[in-house]
Amino acid sequence: MFDETHFDLAQQTVRQVNQALHGIGESADASARRFRVTNPKGAHAVAAGLTAPISITIEGSVGYYCAGMNQRAEVTVIGNAGTGLAENIMSGTVKVTGNATMSAGATGHGGLVVVEGNAGARCGISMKGVDIVVGGNVGHMSAFMAQAGNLVVLGDAGDDLGDSIYEANLFIRGKVASLGADAVEKELRYEHQQLLAGLLDRAGLAADAGDFRRYGSARKLYNFHIDDIDAEVAARAARGSVVDRVGGAT
Amino acid sequence: MSGYDDGPPWHLQESYTFDRHVISEIRRAANTGIYRIRGFGAKRPLPTLDDLVFLGASMSRYPLEGYREACGTDVVIGAERAERPVRLRIPVTIAGMSFGSLSAQAKEALGRGASAAGTSTTTGDGGMTQEERGHSETLVYQYLPSRYGMNPDDLRQADAIEVVVGQGAKPGGGGMLLGQKITERVGEMRTLPVGIDQRSACRHPDWTGPDDLEIKIQELREITDWRVPIYVKVGAARPYYDTALAVKAGADCVVVDGMQGGTAATQDVFIEHVGIPTIAAIPEAVRALQELDVHRGSVKLIAAGGIRSGADVAKALALGADAVSIGTAALIALGDNDPNLDAEYRALGSAAGAWEDYQDGTDPAGITTQDPALAARLDPVIGGRRLANYLQVLTLETQTLARANGKSHVHNLEPEDLAALTVEAAAMAGVPLAGTSWIPGHE
Amino acid sequence: MCGIAGLFLKNEALRPELGRLTSLMLHEMCGRGPDSAGFAVYGDGSPGTTKVTVLAEHSTPDWSVLTDRLADDLDADVRVRRIRDHAVFETEGDGDRARQWFLDNHPDLDVLSHGEQLEIYKGVGDPDMVALNYGLADRRGTHAIAHTRMATESAVTTNGSHPFATGPDTCLVHNGSLSNHNQLRRFLERHGETFQTENDTEVAAGFMAWRIREGDTLDLALKKALVELDGFYTFAIGIKDGFAILRDPIACKPAVIGETDDWVAMSSEYRALAQLPGVNDSEIWEPEPGQIYTWTLDAAQSGGGC
Repeated sequence: MFDETHFDLAQQTVRQVNQALHGIGESADASARRFRVTNPKGAHAVAAGLTAPISITIEGSVGYYCAGMNQRAEVTVIGNAGTGLAENIMSGTVKVTGNATMSAGATGHGGLVVVEGNAGARCGISMKGVDIVVGGNVGHMSAFMAQAGNLVVLGDAGDDLGDSIYEANLFIRGKVASLGADAVEKELRYEHQQLLAGLLDRAGLAADAGDFRRYGSARKLYNFHIDDIDAEVAARAARGSVVDRVGGAT
Repeated sequence: MSGYDDGPPWHLQESYTFDRHVISEIRRAANTGIYRIRGFGAKRPLPTLDDLVFLGASMSRYPLEGYREACGTDVVIGAERAERPVRLRIPVTIAGMSFGSLSAQAKEALGRGASAAGTSTTTGDGGMTQEERGHSETLVYQYLPSRYGMNPDDLRQADAIEVVVGQGAKPGGGGMLLGQKITERVGEMRTLPVGIDQRSACRHPDWTGPDDLEIKIQELREITDWRVPIYVKVGAARPYYDTALAVKAGADCVVVDGMQGGTAATQDVFIEHVGIPTIAAIPEAVRALQELDVHRGSVKLIAAGGIRSGADVAKALALGADAVSIGTAALIALGDNDPNLDAEYRALGSAAGAWEDYQDGTDPAGITTQDPALAARLDPVIGGRRLANYLQVLTLETQTLARANGKSHVHNLEPEDLAALTVEAAAMAGVPLAGTSWIPGHE
Repeated sequence: MCGIAGLFLKNEALRPELGRLTSLMLHEMCGRGPDSAGFAVYGDGSPGTTKVTVLAEHSTPDWSVLTDRLADDLDADVRVRRIRDHAVFETEGDGDRARQWFLDNHPDLDVLSHGEQLEIYKGVGDPDMVALNYGLADRRGTHAIAHTRMATESAVTTNGSHPFATGPDTCLVHNGSLSNHNQLRRFLERHGETFQTENDTEVAAGFMAWRIREGDTLDLALKKALVELDGFYTFAIGIKDGFAILRDPIACKPAVIGETDDWVAMSSEYRALAQLPGVNDSEIWEPEPGQIYTWTLDAAQSGGGC
């Protein structure tokens, strides 16, 4: 059995708990690395800014920005999470057994975020490499401007999925209410199914990779579309052709 | 013959409404089908701090001796809440400009110059480079809607964090960097494909509104163990309310960027037609700070947007700012719009004095470019010295004016040291029209 | 900007605790809204009786004289209950007429609410103090909405605090910021509404009041609000026998709902719900944008968007 350090947020402040957790250095041995936090009662920024590869379980629901900017730690919330769960996560794993509200995994660069229940609006917004796996549904505007990483949704996705998406991959098993600008369905090839199976396995959620559909960028918004009528007219004149009135040139 | 030969025949009349510039822009729009994207700040005539003057010494007010009698210029930000407040030797900082919009050499030059002068630089919409951290003694790290390059390691290396709600050139607009400047290094930092036209989000992804900002600021403090001050930057839209809300959300410093503030790239309509002039924004921000009883105290005000000389610095401080921030002026000090490069500007379809095409990345001065050959033209050490010189002049000029008004420290400058030259300036600045006691709109 | 908390008690046994539980929720919202606060309580009324809540912010009227005059006008019995600068007048007489009497005869007083069940209290300053001053913790009833305010584009005044009444037994609180409220205010003024502040929420309340006066059901009025109001908002609307929640289509302002067999609660942040008994077994979810959620006493079940 591992020894566990217990923090009770009914007795201590979030500041005290985070300070203690930030103080864990590289050299801490395995047994010193397990932590339990009780009575979060919706407090904000619990376990934000972790840097060491510790394992921490939070019993109860948390408020905003739980495990914000997480590095290397393994954070488990037994309950629900508020806005911005694991926002800007760099590495490590953050898991929630219940639901997450808005902006879960927002702008994450790496690591894994797992929401076993539903995630709210803007799940994976602006994601930059994080992998997010949601057992239930995701809300509208999920994967908005998603740059890199993978979003896996076992349930349904709300309106405007993947609006203005860059290179992230979205795998949705259920229904997609609507796709956002420049988001299109793409072929689910063998390598995607492999990737998906790996993600589901890491997330501990059982599903058949073949049941998913893949969505990504049509890449039509990558560059501004700039006309150049002057150049066209000049080119025609240079070719010596008669200027065509239908073409609109004078 | 004489100058009578210049210009069009005398019987012709050009339109004031449809002048040459307007005609040219309509033709450009018709040709390309896209709005004009450019760098630099607002160029059309706008009320500036030039419309204010200092009163100086008189029978009732006595000046300090220059050089012999001290006139303090230091500024401390965040002393009340941060473990390590920001301490500046001079009341002028370098505004946020990204690596990506600027070359690495330019960022290094800014860092060197600012450090020599005892002030801070600020990262921009692209993340922190190690060159900048290395060369900048005091570095403010911007926290923007795009979150390009954002990571906690850099956050912890910063001396302050600036949460960006908006900037003067485009209050309500996100960042923009065109494909020609998204090189491999820039693309990697921002997690974007090389060569795309980057358009950033205009709202933060995980908070909207001052009530949620309060919680976000708490999170940033938690991640940095409450070590550093938190700034909030707004474009000059509703500076009274924006400042009050920034204070209520927990900021240690509010940065208000007026419409003359520059940008590396955005739509011309944004630059010229959104946001209010800096002269109008500062007094509103100050009023909010005074009502909340934090002015010249626990929350500092940095004014930005078109600061050019020590006169501008001193006037901004007299209106109530604690410090100013320069962007465009800093680039000019490094060599932007250099008349010696006129031939090259002309080859690009521009001219020295009018160069604004930062977005193209073709800058002959090597400042707003990612092209290695062009960027190599800017020697960061020389550039740093130029900036340091310029900052020194700004400081000396500010001190000169402050001493002339009897101040032993520049933060004792006050609105009553000023008079306005125009009715508009009097109304906007809340300063009487010269020779009268009239402040329009404040009866 | 603001914090919202709403509590609807399905279980009668909890009704004596309505005020206590609401004040715990309101306390958690102080950070979001330090400037001022207000709350609306329902229940504790009787059919056939109208309550009119009135605020005397800048004057100290002789309440008993007022009571007599009102009783004369209504030709009915009137009772008054005073709490600091608020007073609740109760009568079996014509309730609408009673309210109008105040509007016509006492411009020095603010009529905060009228209806069979509804009482509204509001004040400037620390929300916990506002709750304490007006005895929120001791109130019993079926449902309540509370609001803490961080003023965005208008002044911090009692007038400007939420909840705003929108009709008999109806009121509204708001977290967010409208963007077309000025032109909407001018339109509503032309259609019979009067406004006392520059506040955007007052405009939203005026819009609802106008629609309800014109005969819309609450549901239809809210559907029209979704079209006509521009900006970001989470609304909680109190009605005689329940409450409703609506988020704008972009839904950036937070909202979380929790439900057990004993209660339904709503707030801007989960930590308000964390104060309620049985919250660890509750179902917690985030309401969808552009959907009207309603809970009423007879239905005693959540209703999805209609």
